[in-house]
Amino acid sequence: MTEPSATATPDEPVTVVVVDDHALFRRGVRAELESLARRTVSVVGEAGSVDEAVAVIGHRKPDVVLLDVHMPDGGGAAVLARTRPEHPEVVFLALSVSDAAEDVISVIRAGARGYVTKTISGRELADAVVRVRAGDAVFSPRLAGFVLDAFADRPGATGVVDPELDQLTRRERDVLRLLARGWSYKEIAAELVISVKTVETHVSSVLRKTQSSNRHELSRWASDRRLV
Amino acid sequence: MGDVEDVAPRREGIDPAVAPAAPGATGAGGAGGGAGAAAASTVPSAPATPGIRRVRRRREGAVIAGVTGGVADHLGVDVLRVRLVFVLLVAAAGSGFAAYALLWLFCPIEPRGVRRTVPPRERRQGLGLATLGVLLALVLSGIGGQLSGWIVGPLAVVLTGVALVWREADTPDAETGLARRSRRLVGGRLGLLRLLAGAVLVTAGIAAFLLGNVDLSQVQFGLLAALATLAGVVVLTVPWWMRLVRELGAERRERIRGQERADIAAHLHDSVLQTLALIQKQAGEDAAGREVRRLARSQERELRAWLYGPPGGDAGHPAGAGDATFAAALASTAGEVEDDYGLRVAPVVVGDAPLDPDTTALVAAAREAMVNAAKHAGVDEIDVYAEVEPETVEVFVRDRGCGFDPDAVPEDRRGLAGSVRDRMTRHGGRVRLRTSPGEGTEVGLVLPRTPRSTNGTNGTNGTNGTVTEGPDPSELEEEAR
Repeated sequence: MTEPSATATPDEPVTVVVVDDHALFRRGVRAELESLARRTVSVVGEAGSVDEAVAVIGHRKPDVVLLDVHMPDGGGAAVLARTRPEHPEVVFLALSVSDAAEDVISVIRAGARGYVTKTISGRELADAVVRVRAGDAVFSPRLAGFVLDAFADRPGATGVVDPELDQLTRRERDVLRLLARGWSYKEIAAELVISVKTVETHVSSVLRKTQSSNRHELSRWASDRRLV
Repeated sequence: MGDVEDVAPRREGIDPAVAPAAPGATGAGGAGGGAGAAAASTVPSAPATPGIRRVRRRREGAVIAGVTGGVADHLGVDVLRVRLVFVLLVAAAGSGFAAYALLWLFCPIEPRGVRRTVPPRERRQGLGLATLGVLLALVLSGIGGQLSGWIVGPLAVVLTGVALVWREADTPDAETGLARRSRRLVGGRLGLLRLLAGAVLVTAGIAAFLLGNVDLSQVQFGLLAALATLAGVVVLTVPWWMRLVRELGAERRERIRGQERADIAAHLHDSVLQTLALIQKQAGEDAAGREVRRLARSQERELRAWLYGPPGGDAGHPAGAGDATFAAALASTAGEVEDDYGLRVAPVVVGDAPLDPDTTALVAAAREAMVNAAKHAGVDEIDVYAEVEPETVEVFVRDRGCGFDPDAVPEDRRGLAGSVRDRMTRHGGRVRLRTSPGEGTEVGLVLPRTPRSTNGTNGTNGTNGTVTEGPDPSELEEEAR
């Protein structure tokens, strides 16, 4: 099970635990991450259930947990709820086949730093892992779309409690839009004439707002909306 | 009454202070009153939330229907006093009965899970007072002389019967399966007894009323007439009864079907979708692998559409023909392109709009842009992003393929730009093309939404860079040529 993470290169690979109730899929992810030419990511553990995940995360203390949203015994949100209090330093990245807004938003609100779909390529996944490790949020175009939709000012929207938290700034919206259009951070930075760091700041701030806003839509909307 | 009960708890947002009581408890408490009568004193459910407070009948510790308890909670006084007042009101020409019945009808029962313990003494007092009320009514009718005697006496009996029946019909409001089943087992016979007793009382009351008034031959005639009328009504309303039964059956079937579908969805979600995702990832890069990937993708999409699609959408046509909205149409168009060209098209749609000729044209234009990217860009993934805003609908079709030099447009590209642009301009929209060799291509389609204002927007059509919002157009931006 243990991966030779001791043979770390000068800049150590990011340690990852894969949590998914499908053994086949875990193996697939592991194989893919480990077949990459540049070993930026090292899988140090796997878990197939919430209990296992809690144990493995506590034992391995990985940098990043790749978290399945759907699991029989509670899913990603349950893992987040049980491990985050004890291991606040562990970063979670949701990896799911589910495109349901409800699932995506709820796991983000439970504390995941990003969301990617399972059809992502190994290289992209490794990039995403490294990015969340570095403190970035990883917004797939779909997540960006969901968040934009959730923060949209609909005519029927109820009055918001905290305008500071419940609005995206114009710049954040611009960044989100470009993300939803499939642009990379670098391209967005060039387009908006800001630094990549600033783009990251905007995205992190959007993530924070998504997580902490008690905007009516964010909880309500996700469950109303069927997936596209 | 049903409405009131459903809506009120939510509007007021009273959270039951404790976790919902065991489902069986309310049923048993309501039926026999024996359960959960501990020694603690009554806890007034003083709602901590501001706003309008409503009288809520007590669910637990009710002697008849929890009305007096509710009123006591509402007013913050001892329940005994409220009951006394009601009994005294009975003396006032029976108005206590009327008040009680009306409160029963119009006050919602308190939300499940408010736990309170009613001392046995209080319950005994309540029962005693209720009996006292009925007796009082009878006695008063007795001393009230002939006039009220023959009305109030039987009336009290009838009311008692009605109260019994009502109470039986009232308690099982929206109880969950387990609770109801256990109620049927435990309270079943008792409930039946109560129903029978109620019916007997009502009949006896009516009979007493009739006997006091009319002589026997008339009674016979009256009974016959009543029976005949009843039979007539039953026969007349047979179709309605049948329909009611049928509707109930249909509703239940629908619910079961929905439940089944949810179960299947949960199961499939975790096995088949995962497998399909895996296949897409693992399929090789040769022709066979691409075909496998294409099949897996299309299966995944159909499965999703069936699992999460609108109810009634059948598996054969998850989306497609009946698309009523722009978002659905764009999604199914993306699916078609995905199938036809064996690459991944990931549409992200924010907001939605009805399909009208303009948005239909926009979808068609988007399709051409997707097809073009699929044919020429040499990529295996296309990002499609659509945003519906009050003033505009925008669609961006983005690939990370080879791109091209807009100044040296190959023949086939010209065709694309031309046809897409023609479509868009006909409907008052614009096309923005960003591309350069090696940088990929993004086709932006902008359609103003102000209804039927095609003339106004045509004027600005030729000018470049009149972008209303979003990122400023950079030097890369080119009007499609």
